[in-house]
Amino acid sequence: MTRGALLFVTAFLASGVEMVEALTIVLAVGVTRGWRSTLLGAGVAVIALAVLIAALGGAISRVPIDVLRLAVGALLLIFGLQWLRKAILRAGGQLPLHDEAASFLAERANAAGAVRAPNELVDWYAFTVSFKGVFLEGVEVAFIVITFGAARSHGVAIAAAAAAAALLIVLAAGVLVRAPLSRVPENTLKFTVGLLLASFGTFWSAEGAGVSWPGGDAALIGILALLLLTSLAAVRVLRRGFDPAGLSPASKGADA
Amino acid sequence: MSRVLAFARFWYAFIFGDDWLIAAGVAAAIGVTAALADGGVAAWWVMPIAVIALLVGSVRRGSRRAPRNESEVP
Repeated sequence: MTRGALLFVTAFLASGVEMVEALTIVLAVGVTRGWRSTLLGAGVAVIALAVLIAALGGAISRVPIDVLRLAVGALLLIFGLQWLRKAILRAGGQLPLHDEAASFLAERANAAGAVRAPNELVDWYAFTVSFKGVFLEGVEVAFIVITFGAARSHGVAIAAAAAAAALLIVLAAGVLVRAPLSRVPENTLKFTVGLLLASFGTFWSAEGAGVSWPGGDAALIGILALLLLTSLAAVRVLRRGFDPAGLSPASKGADA
Repeated sequence: MSRVLAFARFWYAFIFGDDWLIAAGVAAAIGVTAALADGGVAAWWVMPIAVIALLVGSVRRGSRRAPRNESEVP
């Protein structure tokens, strides 16, 4: 698999996870409070995101490529390790699995309980919650697209295409099911995305620090394999009931 | 002021998440890599070793603290 294809898959999965979360919020509010204000909030959030991306994208393109690789690599690595850590703890039964169905029900209960002022053209509760959900999750997608795009030539195009593909698929699924996308194996996705982000982050940050990788781009596959094996081993150890150092008994929790 | 704090909290949670030692460790590992590479040493091995150590250490700390509520980490 070439680096471009790996980059596309990473950006697609990472964007998809965030979009599923945003869609869950929009669906819960829309079903409960009506679609007009909910979709208005989501639409304004998309416009605000477009302005943010245009501003950030333009500024980033003026920074030297080595400095960008170092900064982007470090950020992706930190971001990827956080995702991977949480996915390992969830798969190992140490944290509850993030349940989109439960999120949907909780969001819907909150929305149903909020008071709506009579004669208001816009339901500000629906607008605000929808705006916040789409904007905050969208910032994360924008971060992924801009950072991936900045670190290599044609990267923005590849990452943006991946995010667009993820948006189309998530939107189509949302329209079809009109319910939380609880069948999406979220932790498996986060595990995969965490692995990919951490691998790219390791590769780019070392390159930015002045390192030449043995084997060039092929080293990326080696880093990915090393992280995968370590992560699977950590999940296995946690499931057996001990932490990686064998120092404390683990709680028996959710299955992955 | 509360909005500024909320904005700062969002970015802190977004970047540093549950374990700030990951960010600190990554910064230190990059510093060591850059110093070795600058001195002419083939330092490609530093980052993979540091990343594995950081991941295992963070999972270990997380498993000691579990079970607990989820944070803002995406």
